[in-house]
Amino acid sequence: MLEVKNLHASIEGNEILKGIDLKINRGEIHAIMGPNGSGKSTLANVLAGKEEYEVTRGEVFYNGKNLLEMAPEERARAGIFLAFQYPVEIPGVTNMYFLKTALNEKRKYQGLDEIDAVDFLALVREKMKVVEMDQSLLNRPVNEGFSGGEKKRNEIFQMAILEPRLGILDETDSGLDIDALRIVANGVNQLHDKDKSFLVVTHYQRLLNYIIPDYVHVLYNGKIVKSGGKELALELEDKGYDWLK
Amino acid sequence: MSTETERIEKMANREYRYGFITDIETDSLPAGLNEDIIRALSAKKKEPEWLLEWRLKAYRSWLKMEEPHWAHIHYDPIDYQKIVYYSAPKNKKKYDSLDEVDPELLRTYEKLGIPLEEQKVLAGVAVDAVFDSVSVATTFKEKLSELGIIFCSFSEAVRNHPELVRKYLGSVVPPNDNFFAALNSAVFSDGSFVYIPKGVRCPMELSTYFRINAADTGQFERTLIIADEDSYVSYLEGCTAPQRDENQLHAAVVELVSHRNAYLKYSTVQNWYPGDKEGKGGIYNFVTKRGICKEENAKISWTQVETGSAITWKYPSVILKGDHSVGEFYSVAMTNNYQQADTGTKMIHLGRNTRSTIVSKGISAGKSNNSYRGLVKIGKNAENSRNYSQCDSLLIGDQCGAHTFPYIDIQNPTAQMEHEATTSKIGEDQIFYLNQRGISTEDAVSMIVNGYCKEVFRELPMEFAVEAQNLLNLSLEGSVG
Repeated sequence: MLEVKNLHASIEGNEILKGIDLKINRGEIHAIMGPNGSGKSTLANVLAGKEEYEVTRGEVFYNGKNLLEMAPEERARAGIFLAFQYPVEIPGVTNMYFLKTALNEKRKYQGLDEIDAVDFLALVREKMKVVEMDQSLLNRPVNEGFSGGEKKRNEIFQMAILEPRLGILDETDSGLDIDALRIVANGVNQLHDKDKSFLVVTHYQRLLNYIIPDYVHVLYNGKIVKSGGKELALELEDKGYDWLK
Repeated sequence: MSTETERIEKMANREYRYGFITDIETDSLPAGLNEDIIRALSAKKKEPEWLLEWRLKAYRSWLKMEEPHWAHIHYDPIDYQKIVYYSAPKNKKKYDSLDEVDPELLRTYEKLGIPLEEQKVLAGVAVDAVFDSVSVATTFKEKLSELGIIFCSFSEAVRNHPELVRKYLGSVVPPNDNFFAALNSAVFSDGSFVYIPKGVRCPMELSTYFRINAADTGQFERTLIIADEDSYVSYLEGCTAPQRDENQLHAAVVELVSHRNAYLKYSTVQNWYPGDKEGKGGIYNFVTKRGICKEENAKISWTQVETGSAITWKYPSVILKGDHSVGEFYSVAMTNNYQQADTGTKMIHLGRNTRSTIVSKGISAGKSNNSYRGLVKIGKNAENSRNYSQCDSLLIGDQCGAHTFPYIDIQNPTAQMEHEATTSKIGEDQIFYLNQRGISTEDAVSMIVNGYCKEVFRELPMEFAVEAQNLLNLSLEGSVG
């Protein structure tokens, strides 16, 4: 469903991604690991369409479509979801209103009617359980005054509502304590099924104790230097990244 | 950023949606201003002698005054002799029902999205529609008059309630208050008059829609609202104006009087034609709005959403004379393209234990300039008075300006003052976040701005809040550059 071919991307003239090849099939979970500055977050943001990054070479196909030609909002509507490493605050806009707008944009894209208030509320109730989300967060402005853990949980909650075909987690585990980590991981596992794929970007192996990847890729200096099964993550935990450089 | 800018510029290039001209014959006086014009105007309106004298007095003091230039706004000199000071639709018959109203006029209202009949039924709003200078249709009057409420055009009030008009006219904004107020006092054409008797709670939102129409006609509205003891009223004013090449002067005066224990709420959505993308045309909106809390526990609340006009010069103010009286000012002022706004409030604390709240949200986009100018004055007898001020500025793009000029004058040491001010920019990160959830850039900007204005919008009556949001969204089309 996602095919990345020789992807090069730079920001302000600095090349960060130097030829990424990656193929994710339907239902697969891929983990991207690597030391700081290796380009992990860049890859996540380029796939989501952040304009600061310039793609200088390569191709990305998403369900047969040229992803790089799609605007960020089109990618989102087509089922790509990025759980942000640093979710921003939107003062004055309630979480509920924001989510309903987002869901309806997606439904419109799919040719469906807007969801009515009752159905939406039912959906929210159901999905709140997935991430053990506190109800009071729903009527608060998006991420405003949320703790780090609440922000991350809110990302996964949004993901649960929007049900993406490809969920990209950008260091969602960073800054989380072990309980929050478990809740976030459980959320992802509950959403995962044979049609939904995930790309989990992480610095540490510990998240992968909870979200079991089919493949692990090591990103170093803008390139994937090693790929393997879930056991690769453990090996990295043991040996660090130096032996791959 | 570049594609974003392009997208936003595309939005910017849309035309002003409410720019159209209704073709109705008008009966106008020749352009220019002198005592004869004022006499003719007064005669046309069949006014009593005292009012003519009042106008002439105002005119004479205006002659001695100079146009103020302290505000952070710039414009070419206005030639007051080129302005037409009186214009009324020719068809001046009184109507018993809407069926009798000129259909062309009704179509105008429909284009504006404010069909009277629907408003009457759906919103329960009595509408006193001011088309150019003369009131054309007044609804719900009977129901209101059962309660003793007077809601009519200013001219009608002069005819039918001269004692009230005479008592209160100029009592809050004296005819020689300032250059534009003096001009208005000399030549005001019409406007609205409201009187809520003692102990009466007005059961509906009172609303007036203004519309400038005849070419080169200055619009000089005069509004006077009196809430007698223990009464309550919520008054809504909203306006849109058709597209014009020449600048049009709009110098209204609004006076509010709130007596003991009365609560007077005045809400405005202002959408006069702002001029085109190059800054050509547009309304000059030089307005004097002031209220007085005359006795104890009186309350006055101003809420305004300002999206229009080429130039806005407007400071709805409250004189807190009665002990324990309360003044509030909630404002959203949005400027785009070459618009200039210098707006804010004055809270004059005279009585003891008086309280005031100021929440001002400025939004600047395009090449516009947006200034907040506010004065909080605590008089020497105003024991234990309190003010809370919050002035926020939001910038869209990098060619606009936001300015804050807070003035504080405290003559009593027991005063408590709080002032908060922020300036922020709509971040690329916020827009990308919303994009990533499937929301287009246009909708994202609108969502962020509406969220930013929420504290003010929630002060508006429900149906007005929706309209305000729509107007804001219209004005945002073409923000950022």
